[in-house]
Amino acid sequence: MPPPDDLQPGRLADNIAYFARCLREVGMPIGPASVLDAIRAVEAAGLGAREDFYWTLHCVFVTRHEQSLLFRQAFDLFWRKRALTEKLIAMMSPVAASLKEKDKPKAGSQRVNDAFYKEPPRQREEERLVEFDAKLTMSEREVLKDKDFAQMTSAEIAAAQREMARLRLPFDQVRTRRLVAGGDTVIDLRRTLRASMRSGGNLIDIACRRPGQKHPPIVALCDISGSMADYSRLFLHFLHAISEKGRRVHAFVFATRLTDITRALRARDPDEALERAARDVKDWDGGTRISHCLERFNKDWSRRVLGQGALVLLITDGLERQVDTVLARELDRLHRSCRRLIWLNPLLRFDAFEARAAGIKAMLPHVDEFRTIHNLRSMGDLVKALDRSADAAADPRAWLRKAG
Amino acid sequence: MPSLPTSIDETASLLAKADYVAGRDLSTVLFLALRMGRPLFLEGEAGVGKTEIAKVLSATLGRPLIRLQCYEGLDIASAVYEWNTMAQMVEIRLAEATGDIDRASLGSDLFSERFLIARPILEAVRPQVGGAPILLIDELDRTDEAFEAYLLEVLSDFQVTIPEFGTIKAGEPPIVIITSNRTREIHDALKRRCLYHWVDYPSAGNELEILRRKVPHVPEKLSREIVAFVQALRGEDLFKAPGVAETLDWATALTELDAVALDPALVSDTLGVLLKYQDDIARLSGSEAKRIIDNVRAGVDAAT
Repeated sequence: MPPPDDLQPGRLADNIAYFARCLREVGMPIGPASVLDAIRAVEAAGLGAREDFYWTLHCVFVTRHEQSLLFRQAFDLFWRKRALTEKLIAMMSPVAASLKEKDKPKAGSQRVNDAFYKEPPRQREEERLVEFDAKLTMSEREVLKDKDFAQMTSAEIAAAQREMARLRLPFDQVRTRRLVAGGDTVIDLRRTLRASMRSGGNLIDIACRRPGQKHPPIVALCDISGSMADYSRLFLHFLHAISEKGRRVHAFVFATRLTDITRALRARDPDEALERAARDVKDWDGGTRISHCLERFNKDWSRRVLGQGALVLLITDGLERQVDTVLARELDRLHRSCRRLIWLNPLLRFDAFEARAAGIKAMLPHVDEFRTIHNLRSMGDLVKALDRSADAAADPRAWLRKAG
Repeated sequence: MPSLPTSIDETASLLAKADYVAGRDLSTVLFLALRMGRPLFLEGEAGVGKTEIAKVLSATLGRPLIRLQCYEGLDIASAVYEWNTMAQMVEIRLAEATGDIDRASLGSDLFSERFLIARPILEAVRPQVGGAPILLIDELDRTDEAFEAYLLEVLSDFQVTIPEFGTIKAGEPPIVIITSNRTREIHDALKRRCLYHWVDYPSAGNELEILRRKVPHVPEKLSREIVAFVQALRGEDLFKAPGVAETLDWATALTELDAVALDPALVSDTLGVLLKYQDDIARLSGSEAKRIIDNVRAGVDAAT
């Protein structure tokens, strides 16, 4: 905070507004109402010690614990020296902003192809192909369905993304504890009485209530290590498509460390969503540390996201280099803390697949279902399977028996 | 009835008077919440003293405490209000028996305040004898999103709308404390109506102070060791780090066992008081506990 003698009347409110803009720049969601609140809060608390001022602004601007660190840094920087404050204000003035916008193209305009596929010269040709694909005939669509994601061209990937958006989610529902109108489980006296009032107090129909139904959340843990590179991006599209359909989806990606990309996937445009996710993730195509990442998930996240009978999709090839007791233990814990654990493994597409790798052997006993997910057809099968209880064909024990 | 504090310092001394050891951060947000009449949203791990704040406020300000414990399936009928349908039916039968059924007057009679059962939230917006009450909405993360959305009206306007009856608005808004253990994220729309604060584990100094105030008969040296041990545990990679409540329980347990200092066997036997996950207990039993105790003892000896 600037020293009091430095403070002209009215300047403090301006500074708070600039500070809020500064926080917005670093990604904290702060609306104009919060700025007004902050000014009122500072008025209420009075100008005292720097620490009081800090906590006053903190309780208005920070709405999640993770933002505290960011806020601390921004606060220290902003409320240090006046010259610096003005420099920052100048940095954020409209002129500077427009200059900055020029060299940073908007997410929507930059297609995922540019960002993710490494052959820019072929791009123009592909764009034409995409248009052609939009008019896929029935048989072409069938071919596309069985094509391995790893062998798809960019155009086919684009078509596959559109197919994914078309997937119909099943009505996988669990009973809620809250009662809703209808059924014949519990008599709803209040509604019965209200209905009877219409006829002057003669009791006619007994209205009832029954337990409601709702979709359980889906928690996806997606491996983005080098060996999964051909698949992981399409899975993210898949996750984006299902979260668009009103399902609660929590998405995490991991290679050497675990990253939560749920917020990034909330962007409506799939391209923008993936670009945001890519910005958050620091270990694309890295090595895999499945057991470490599962441990982190269990410790830091499981209580926060698995609370409401969640369904877990674990998307990985299970090729872990360091297999020890930790992997089995962490998977076992994960299994016990969710309603259903489905392991999706693209390696399963090979007919001769056997659960020989030590990592796969260690993980299999702890999952409810073991499925492949390498093309659109298997993705469609998965979506259909989401509302069934465990499928015999997907029973992991079958693979273990084969492995001996 | 004591009046509301007029400064951050007064708030801090108010908390201290009730033996609640708080940092400057908590005193500041609490003062602002009281001053600005805004709900206070407290988030943090289980056992760090979030619920306690509401109790302390109620005791020091001399206001009634109305507690709404949230759970999955909590609905309007158990949180806000309900009609006493049995009494309403008796009323209808009586009207039938006496033969004077006037539909309009019977309707307005049946849905009058006489048959309205107030649940915590309606109770909190109604005028109270001891001034505006403290409304504690505990563990909001356990309810579903629909209930959270309902709270938006209550928290921004401090009013409850009953379709058959009308809107009841609080003359003097209640002091609202909302707590969450973060088993799921609470929507930003609700947080925006509140002042937000993350209640962290206390510092070693504060925790020692809490221990002195809450369990005064623990020997000083043991208190220091207990606090240092618990603080060290929080730095370990555990499923659930012990909260302040666990520290107090452990201190009580150790004094019951007539302990004067920590030793590995004693710690192993009583770890269940501190840690609530088998994996954590298994990790800490044996040599790991001894290592921490040795560190703790070295630290405590150096300090004294």
